[in-house]
Amino acid sequence: MSQTKSLNVDYNYTVVRLFAVTTVLWGIVGMVVGVLLAAQLYWPALNFDTAWLTYSRLRPLHTNAVIFAFGTSALFATSYYVVQRTCQVRLFAEKLAMFTFVGWQVVIIAAAITLPLGISQSKEYAELEWPIDILITLVWVSYAIVFFGTLVKRNTSHIYVANWFYGGFIITVAALHIVNSMVIPVSLFKSYSVYAGAVDAMVQWWYGHNAVGFLLTAGFLGMMYYFVPKQAGRPVYSYRLSVVHFWALIALYIWAGSHHLHYTALPDWTQSVGMVMSVILFVPSWGGMINGIMTLSGAWHKLKTDPILRFLIVSLSFYGMSTFEGPMMAIKSVNALSHYTDWTIGHVHSGALGWVAMISIGAMYHLIPAVFNQGRMYSIKLINTHFWLHTIGVVLYIVAMWISGIMQGMMWRAVNTDGTLTYSFVQSLEASYPFYLMRFIGGCFVVTGMLIMAYNVVKTIRAKDGALEPVAEAA
Amino acid sequence: MSSFWSTWIIVLTIACIVFCAVILTWNLKNHVGVKEGESTGHDFDGIEEINNPLPKWWTYMFYATIIWSVYYFAAYPGLGNYKGFLDWTSSNQGIKNLAESKAAVEQNRLEGKNVQLDREYAAANETYAKEFAKYTNRDIMDLAYDPEALKIGQRLFLQNCAQCHGSDARGQRGYPNLTDDDWLYGGTPDKIKETLLYGRKAAMPGWGDALGEQGIKEMTAYVLSLSGRKVNDKDAAAGKTKFGMCAACHGADGKGSLAHNLPFGAPNLTDNVWLYGGSVGAVEETLIKGRNGQMPAFKEILGEEKIHIISAYVYRLSRPEESSK
Repeated sequence: MSQTKSLNVDYNYTVVRLFAVTTVLWGIVGMVVGVLLAAQLYWPALNFDTAWLTYSRLRPLHTNAVIFAFGTSALFATSYYVVQRTCQVRLFAEKLAMFTFVGWQVVIIAAAITLPLGISQSKEYAELEWPIDILITLVWVSYAIVFFGTLVKRNTSHIYVANWFYGGFIITVAALHIVNSMVIPVSLFKSYSVYAGAVDAMVQWWYGHNAVGFLLTAGFLGMMYYFVPKQAGRPVYSYRLSVVHFWALIALYIWAGSHHLHYTALPDWTQSVGMVMSVILFVPSWGGMINGIMTLSGAWHKLKTDPILRFLIVSLSFYGMSTFEGPMMAIKSVNALSHYTDWTIGHVHSGALGWVAMISIGAMYHLIPAVFNQGRMYSIKLINTHFWLHTIGVVLYIVAMWISGIMQGMMWRAVNTDGTLTYSFVQSLEASYPFYLMRFIGGCFVVTGMLIMAYNVVKTIRAKDGALEPVAEAA
Repeated sequence: MSSFWSTWIIVLTIACIVFCAVILTWNLKNHVGVKEGESTGHDFDGIEEINNPLPKWWTYMFYATIIWSVYYFAAYPGLGNYKGFLDWTSSNQGIKNLAESKAAVEQNRLEGKNVQLDREYAAANETYAKEFAKYTNRDIMDLAYDPEALKIGQRLFLQNCAQCHGSDARGQRGYPNLTDDDWLYGGTPDKIKETLLYGRKAAMPGWGDALGEQGIKEMTAYVLSLSGRKVNDKDAAAGKTKFGMCAACHGADGKGSLAHNLPFGAPNLTDNVWLYGGSVGAVEETLIKGRNGQMPAFKEILGEEKIHIISAYVYRLSRPEESSK
């Protein structure tokens, strides 16, 4: 029934290992900066009156670090691993693959230097100035060549669904990055967008939302489609569901960006289109969650013993929750309440910490022993500890932001009998204060988990070759 | 937008939704080539895929959202230039000034158009206007000692004035303190109301070129000496000889235009209140570059009824202790 397997393909794991280790490293850096920012919102003095430590400079550093350093490193690591193993072939253009690693690290370091210095294009998630943007483009094109080159020389007759998602993400992110980063440079560190006014805003959010849609969703669905069935040891639930939800997701996501600009100078028709497509998008988004969770049918008992599988499945639950929440928030009348409040921050983090980080962490716990010649991670117990720390942290975070966000929305719209606003802005901030502390505590849980992961990873890497025996399969 | 772009948008939007409907419907039936519930026969690094049908409830949800999208695009603007059968718009677009806006609101009202912002404004006016109308025929001096009016005045102030003058009304650099009973244009109820209704434009010219570096230094010394500051007497004496050019607005004694019943808003230079700062550097900057303070006119923004109440609140700001006139 199955095709002939060439089990002895000599895969290129060097670049996978490098990206896997940097995933953990940058994950810690990005989340520590996040916790510092959360602390600054509670204790403003923590910027120490130092320009490069202020919230405004560190906030883009945090978002860039978690999305592009942590998340994208995880995507590089897993896509290089998955594409080789599911195509039964060694990586294409290996030197170019090494270039993507070195180039990407240069991008990250350049970001870590320029953003605190205040050098910024002022576009959310696209703050990096034009010389860095050019390097990103070079790295990304090389990534596409390596990935699609490997697909072309594959030894399997079909292309596995994980690779559709990785491929879709690579192509679309290239287009998004290039279009949104079109600028006229005035100096090495300063440029102006070629777009103006509402068009500039629309291009930015076309980019911004699809950074979420293609990088943080499609890319990680690719990851999900390999690591969930692999870790569960079960076949993918429905091939047909994967076909429908892949194409529908790709077709719809690209339209959704204008929901970030409801009730702005954007024309009505553009707002409507963004809202309608976002609402339909809810269904194909859930297609991925259903396919992942149903893949576990017949193997639910494994959740009791396998914390890696727990990471993967809970990440899918957060994915399902935030892809329900997102389309709801894209509805204009809901958006009128939620927009500009902490609810948005909570939504982003249930996606980023719940979905993206948990699926990446689960994938890393599966992948790291495999590429470092071990049967398992150094300590399964510590993975379990990490799981609980992370889950508690995320729940604290998003619950705090839900309460604070909805409260802000209600306070901002409350009016007196004479039609004047009941609360001043600063009163709504004061009311949010306790929840900022709660968010900070949640963040501390998450970072503690990441530090435990780092310890576990170092112990695994430094163990003697093959010293860590695989866990015996429960009968 | 041009009919080309309108068509472009309509075609792409509909194509995207039709594409979703087609791929969904196509996959309701089994075209995979193996029986439902069986493996497709592919093996990717040990992973197989089962040819399970799409979950029913999921396909219903998909169709429901697609049908809803058809309704929404028929009812509301979305498909290029098509306006939707509800003829709804969020606001009047392409408006360039207040006159155009008022004309558009009136036009829409006559034509019975469904403009959400207009509707919300009209509804708000209907609900709240009577709250303000209660006070319109009462004297500002009377309102200034009416706790209810003052409460409304404070809320209006916080919402519309605090951005510049601060929530405690003590102002900031460039924005006058309203609590100190030191006035540029007059602190009577009528004058306050006039300032609020029509705004104020102060224009202190820059004297940098006319006075030169030495002249600025001397004039600064003289201006500071007016409020009793210790300065270089020789410089101040030299500055005084040229003060004639300032006297036109600030008065020969430097006590400001209000003291001389002049409408320029030129501050009193003999007290220790400094709108733009009283340091040597700040005064020099004022002298060299001039200042152009602007208080916006609120007549069209808030309407006279609200301004009537705010006037009373502002009047009382510098008289907090009095409980009655």
